[in-house]
Amino acid sequence: MKPDLRILLAGVPMKNPVMVASGTFGYGPEYADLVNLNQLGAIVVKGISLEPWKGNRTPRLVEVPGGLINAIGLQNPGVNGFIEKYMPFLRTHDVAVIVNIWGKTAEEYAEVAARFDGVPGVHALEINISCPNIKAGGNAFGTNLDATRLVVSAVRRKTRLPIIPKLAPNVSDIGAFARACEESGADAISLINSFPAMAIDIETRRPILANVTGGLSGPAIHPIAVKLVYEAAKAVKVPLVAIGGITSAREAIEFMIAGASAVAVGTANFTEPLTAIEVIRGLEEYLCRHNIPNVSDLVRSLRL
Amino acid sequence: MQLETGNVVSHDSEGTLYRVLTLELPNISSNAVPGQFVHLRVSALQDAVLRRPFSIYRVDGKNLSILYKNVGRGTSSMCTLRPGDAVNVLGPLGNGFPTAVSSGKFPVLVAGGYGVAPLYFLATRLPVKGVLFVGGARARDILLNDRFKALGWNVCIATEDGSLGTRGRVTEPFDAWIQSLGGDAKPEIFACGPNGMLKALCDRARQGGWNAWISLDRHMGCGVGACLACIQRVVMEGQEVLVRVCKEGPVFESRTIVWEDGNHEA
Repeated sequence: MKPDLRILLAGVPMKNPVMVASGTFGYGPEYADLVNLNQLGAIVVKGISLEPWKGNRTPRLVEVPGGLINAIGLQNPGVNGFIEKYMPFLRTHDVAVIVNIWGKTAEEYAEVAARFDGVPGVHALEINISCPNIKAGGNAFGTNLDATRLVVSAVRRKTRLPIIPKLAPNVSDIGAFARACEESGADAISLINSFPAMAIDIETRRPILANVTGGLSGPAIHPIAVKLVYEAAKAVKVPLVAIGGITSAREAIEFMIAGASAVAVGTANFTEPLTAIEVIRGLEEYLCRHNIPNVSDLVRSLRL
Repeated sequence: MQLETGNVVSHDSEGTLYRVLTLELPNISSNAVPGQFVHLRVSALQDAVLRRPFSIYRVDGKNLSILYKNVGRGTSSMCTLRPGDAVNVLGPLGNGFPTAVSSGKFPVLVAGGYGVAPLYFLATRLPVKGVLFVGGARARDILLNDRFKALGWNVCIATEDGSLGTRGRVTEPFDAWIQSLGGDAKPEIFACGPNGMLKALCDRARQGGWNAWISLDRHMGCGVGACLACIQRVVMEGQEVLVRVCKEGPVFESRTIVWEDGNHEA
């Protein structure tokens, strides 16, 4: 029997629980020659702000064992630029589109959210309260409970779209942050963003990244993410979207057992653009092998 | 652009420091143009999350070659590849050089070190022959000059230690040659090499009012324009904008480039 991979996440129907993570898949067209976008559960596009934003100086990226550190700095064409340039393309596809949004103040987050309310083809908003690479906002919101509540509730008031705050991993009690989001009106929660990190060129003694520090992603952070998903799942009832070091179905399944209703493939898109497609296939194969009729039965199925 | 897995056909030394890796990639080879690059998955490097970008050096039918130097973790593990090994390749990527020379212009290639690789591919496709200026630190960094001669190109060499050709930078024989032509110089420049060399050429092209097509090398992530790691500031239609070297480049007309302190990747 073919297992049912379909899910309903925060009211958004998806063909399967496998998405591509914000910042690792552009806005869709970049990978469209290689990946059939219609096969994905959802595309989470790169973070959008109210106005176009130039991002950080280069170098913006450095590979380290088991991952990479990035400090792109949220370069993006702004709400209007994104809607004009990319939404017509995305609307021609049969795939859920989740727009990642950010701002420098709670009001800016809310304003971006308001602009997306009612835009055809946008299915949900992911609220980036955890980018480690911008000075104002970003991680500063996501590592402070009051600021987290402030941003999420401000966005909640301005949109009817489902909202999915994305949590920072560098907090002492992830459960408290997940609860703060749930109480502030989040429909789902995604975690984790990249982990604050740094690399130094020992010959020049200079930081490798122009931004000095960045965010670590890739296989290196996967076990950290599993533990945080497991803890967040104990704290809240809203569905979780797990992100962090997925390279194959195995890590995705691990996340779902730990408590995630869906997963997103990030850095692995750079290594192997077909990773998400392979994860979907591997997940289906796993469900068959374990006689699990519905993918949702896997969620929160950890045996202690 | 496509993903293709091809077997290693040959993997040979080129001089003492460099290697030529030839892969059987019929689909990528048939679409490749000079100046484009391929993004290799280095399978022996298990913990590497990024592919490695290489300019295309040669295309012979279904075989595609790259020329590389062992400079780090990725290239070091590539050195162990043997004929028959499979390599996954994404390509051809980016925008290449024009493969025509404007009417009345004379093609001038300028290379620093193994930046000569994409210029060789270009020389095999240009309808007119011209002159190659190639520079390097030492004689061992001067590659492929015999191959260019075999194609019928003139070759001028400069090395910083004077061990081959003129002593000094590659711009010195270039300047001398331009001067020798008096006001009649009408070069169309195609260049690949370190930033300092490219910037020096851009200054000359701007002054002389010549076209100079330069291939930039920047730290890349995805190679397809998604990650925004390899950003370059350029002027387009009078506006300064950020473009992706992997997608809008790696070849740019020199007068569009905005050189700044931020371009400190050598």
